[in-house]
Amino acid sequence: MSGMARAQTQAPAAERPLLILAGIWVVLIAAPFWMPLVGGYTSLASRILVIGLAAMSLNFLIGFTGVVSFGHAAYFGLGVYGAGMILRYIAPSTPLAVIAGILLGGIVGSAVGALICRRRGIYFALVTIAFQEVFYYIAYKWDSVTGGFDGLRGFQRQPIHFGLFTLDIQKNDLAFYYFVLAVFAIVVGFMGFVLRSPFGRTLLAVRENERRARFLGIPVDRHIWLAFTISSFCIGAAGALYALLNNFADPSSLYTDLSGELVIMCVLGGMRSFWGPLLGAAVFEVLQDYISSQTVNWLFFIGLIFVLVVMFFPRGLLGVFRRRSAA
Amino acid sequence: MVQGKPSGRLGRRGVLKAGAALGAIGAAQISSPFIVKALGEQPFKIGFVDPLTGSLSLLAVSEVQGAHYAVDEINKKGGIAGREVQLFVEDSANDVGTGVEKIRELIDKDHVDVTMGDVNSAIAYAISQVATEKGILHIVPGGHTDPITGKDCAWNVFRICNTTSMDANAISEILIKKFGKRWYFITPDYAYGHTLQAAFVKNLMKAGGTYEAELLPIANSDFSASLIRAKAYKPNVLLNNMGGLAQIDCMKQFVQFGMDKDMALGGALFEIESVLAVPPTAQAGWWDMEWWWDQPGVPYVKEFVTGIVDRYKKPCSARHWFGYVGIYSFKLAVEKAKSTKAIDLAHTLEGMELPPEIALQPGKVFYRAGDHELMPNIFAGEVHPPAANEPYNLFTVADLVPGDQAQPLAETGCHMTYPS
Amino acid sequence: MLQLVLFNLFNGLIIGAFYVLTALGLSMILNLSNVINFAHGNFLALGGYLAYVLIPYIGFWPALVVSPLLTAVLGFVVERTMIRRIYGRDPIYSLLLTFGLAFMIQDGCRYIWGVNGLPLTTPASISQPLSQEFFFLTGYRLFVVGIVIVAVAALFAFLRYTRMGMRIRAGVLDLDTVSALGINVRLLRSLNFAFGIFLAGLAGVLAGGQIGLNPNMGDDLLLPSFVAIIVGGMGSLVGTLLGGLLIGVAAAITTIFYASASQAVIYVIMAVVLLARPRGLLGEEGLQ
Repeated sequence: MSGMARAQTQAPAAERPLLILAGIWVVLIAAPFWMPLVGGYTSLASRILVIGLAAMSLNFLIGFTGVVSFGHAAYFGLGVYGAGMILRYIAPSTPLAVIAGILLGGIVGSAVGALICRRRGIYFALVTIAFQEVFYYIAYKWDSVTGGFDGLRGFQRQPIHFGLFTLDIQKNDLAFYYFVLAVFAIVVGFMGFVLRSPFGRTLLAVRENERRARFLGIPVDRHIWLAFTISSFCIGAAGALYALLNNFADPSSLYTDLSGELVIMCVLGGMRSFWGPLLGAAVFEVLQDYISSQTVNWLFFIGLIFVLVVMFFPRGLLGVFRRRSAA
Repeated sequence: MVQGKPSGRLGRRGVLKAGAALGAIGAAQISSPFIVKALGEQPFKIGFVDPLTGSLSLLAVSEVQGAHYAVDEINKKGGIAGREVQLFVEDSANDVGTGVEKIRELIDKDHVDVTMGDVNSAIAYAISQVATEKGILHIVPGGHTDPITGKDCAWNVFRICNTTSMDANAISEILIKKFGKRWYFITPDYAYGHTLQAAFVKNLMKAGGTYEAELLPIANSDFSASLIRAKAYKPNVLLNNMGGLAQIDCMKQFVQFGMDKDMALGGALFEIESVLAVPPTAQAGWWDMEWWWDQPGVPYVKEFVTGIVDRYKKPCSARHWFGYVGIYSFKLAVEKAKSTKAIDLAHTLEGMELPPEIALQPGKVFYRAGDHELMPNIFAGEVHPPAANEPYNLFTVADLVPGDQAQPLAETGCHMTYPS
Repeated sequence: MLQLVLFNLFNGLIIGAFYVLTALGLSMILNLSNVINFAHGNFLALGGYLAYVLIPYIGFWPALVVSPLLTAVLGFVVERTMIRRIYGRDPIYSLLLTFGLAFMIQDGCRYIWGVNGLPLTTPASISQPLSQEFFFLTGYRLFVVGIVIVAVAALFAFLRYTRMGMRIRAGVLDLDTVSALGINVRLLRSLNFAFGIFLAGLAGVLAGGQIGLNPNMGDDLLLPSFVAIIVGGMGSLVGTLLGGLLIGVAAAITTIFYASASQAVIYVIMAVVLLARPRGLLGEEGLQ
């Protein structure tokens, strides 16, 4: 596959008509109204949005920088704990909780990124897995602060006060959905902005041909570190929202299984596309939900989905769609 | 598969459908479904979250079987207040986060009327908090950690199994008297283990004993390092507080090292599902059973036990009874309160005494009003290898300790408050 | 106290031996195929279960060889039918593929043999504690250490002295050149994969005899094995060997003084190595 051919499908909806972008946002804004018609419900919509944001953040790294992290649940989980611990121990403030989640996930991700940004390919992935295990272990063992295996309980997302009026995201699922959507929009907008900036273009250059990028004088390691950092901040935001969604934090939110699921969402949706992972998250969440209520052997079928996607569907839903429309 | 058919297919899309797959029961239902249909009302939906996979699954499977058994019995006799009962079972996979997601799904998507679960204390703790947040009546059939009906008790949460303190209190004195005051704990590192060990330690300290303890992951499988330390400590009793598979693995390695000659075994729970899975030399020690199938002369017990054994081809355990009581508690509450509002049901259950065909044991069994904890008897006694021709005869009851006595209300730390 | 130290050291050696066996297989596959085999722990369990099935028919000793062989054949088939198709593609696909396989094998074992652990009967001749004082030194545990030493020695001899072993080593360094020399690289990778799985299967039988069988029995070994590879240095099997032993024994020594930190010490070692010597103890310079 030549770099040219790929380059045509890489920009975040840049060459796609604005119409499609508008369509996506209309679908998202209207989700609470059309979801019940197809058997969904508002909190499922919130959940898909949160997980989708996590997958899109990871895809910033995987799909647009070409570096595979198989341990990104760590920074998601740190976002969950960051938000949860603020609400539990410090202050009953939702905005503060979200900011704390973003910072915890992002700063730790940045530090780990600095340690490992010189590695490539499968070895990079291996080290991300090992670091993830470290954070899982800390969350599991540091009982007095994190609640250990039992998880962090006893906090609730708080209504947000805007001076003149109050948005009750605590009791009102619909209000909470739009709050999630707002944060989602900001983070996704930020990633889209970065990808279209000159810096974003150099990331694509690194992905397509690292050696050439190096010859062009791009400090590749530093760019990978920056991409890792940005991705960690963004997934930290998703984690913080997840804490608010469940009013709960536990170690499984930074476990390998979640990392694997996030990666499969990227591939399933189409990792060369900006919105693909959101679609992947929606499909995977609904499938997993359905399968796990149908059989106790759900794990087998989840595994089967992984295998089938890799073997027969490596370009993902949007990838297939694009290839068809290109033909 | 260890699991029998009924829970192999989770009856989430309507239990009658799943129930029909149950062969014998299916036939029974065909004979009388008109009772339910004639009323044409909305079904009464019960959501049940339990760890059907993971290290506690063998216990969870029994609970779900007991619940299915009760649901089928109830539907055969016309449902709950004339409404067909549907049981929606979800697998928490022994993971707290998954459990929380599943209970939210049951409430938000399936709109269940009431919820129950989980074997895992930490999950039970977390999901009962979700139920409180949503204002739904929740019964914990088999998660033991104290705060659920103790310092974090809530108006909508009731519990069938004992608190860890009740279980510890019922057996501590026996262990001290029989074996001595030097104990070694192997304890799972989560809510259940923490409160259970604390309760034992409190009793041991009162008696002036000494101990050493070790916290291990809930699904730990290699106990060699811990057993080495236990052996070096030379305790009178090894209290194996692990649960499910982990407890079984620990027992097997205990025997492998020949440690059964050096120290006694004992503790709170060594459930029949687990006793059956360990070598004969580890089928030993003094333990609590929270319900025991062999109660000669006590009415209704034999019918229940035979029913379960015939249907599921395995021993009738305390877990079956937990699931059974859970479902019937909803029925009793709804029919007495003539309402399905959580607050009405909660007030009705407070102080409610179970009829003998549900209690299935002697004495008064009731939900204590002050903390919403069911007050059954605790069967303290000795585990032993099975008697000849009686594969499930593995335990001899030495003492029946009434729950109310094992832990008085004042010691629970519960201050019940109700929504205004 | 001395007794306690000795017991724990020996226990660390046994745990380290299991890390080594698992990590060597993983490392072989990683080096030649560039695949992190998430399903390695599940192949390990499968090896144990196959032995459980075979022992009533052929006895323990033959099963000790035959069931790893069967596991290896299965690994060979998996490599030929699935993993081979993703060579040369983005590493993300191999990660996802073996991740999915791990789920499938784990749940498959659970479905066939049940969640309830199964015992693996070992011959009475090696099952007894050697003495009451050294209760911990069961014959079986000594036997495990012996077998692991033999297996590791055989592996290194194979890689060093046989033609195929040399090709594998050469392939790790430069696969393209090996291919250009007319060697069937595809077959080489398949066989190498099967060797790695053989080691997993062997570890499965040995672990099954020690702590019994359950569908998740390999999980506890997988992550420490990753750490062993990182610590030892990627691309170096000797490094993996050292790394596995190091973390096994370090964890055991920590257990004596502060039991609950025994796992933490593994990660501390990893962090120190990554900071002080990013390519690992014996890692190849080029491979990062």
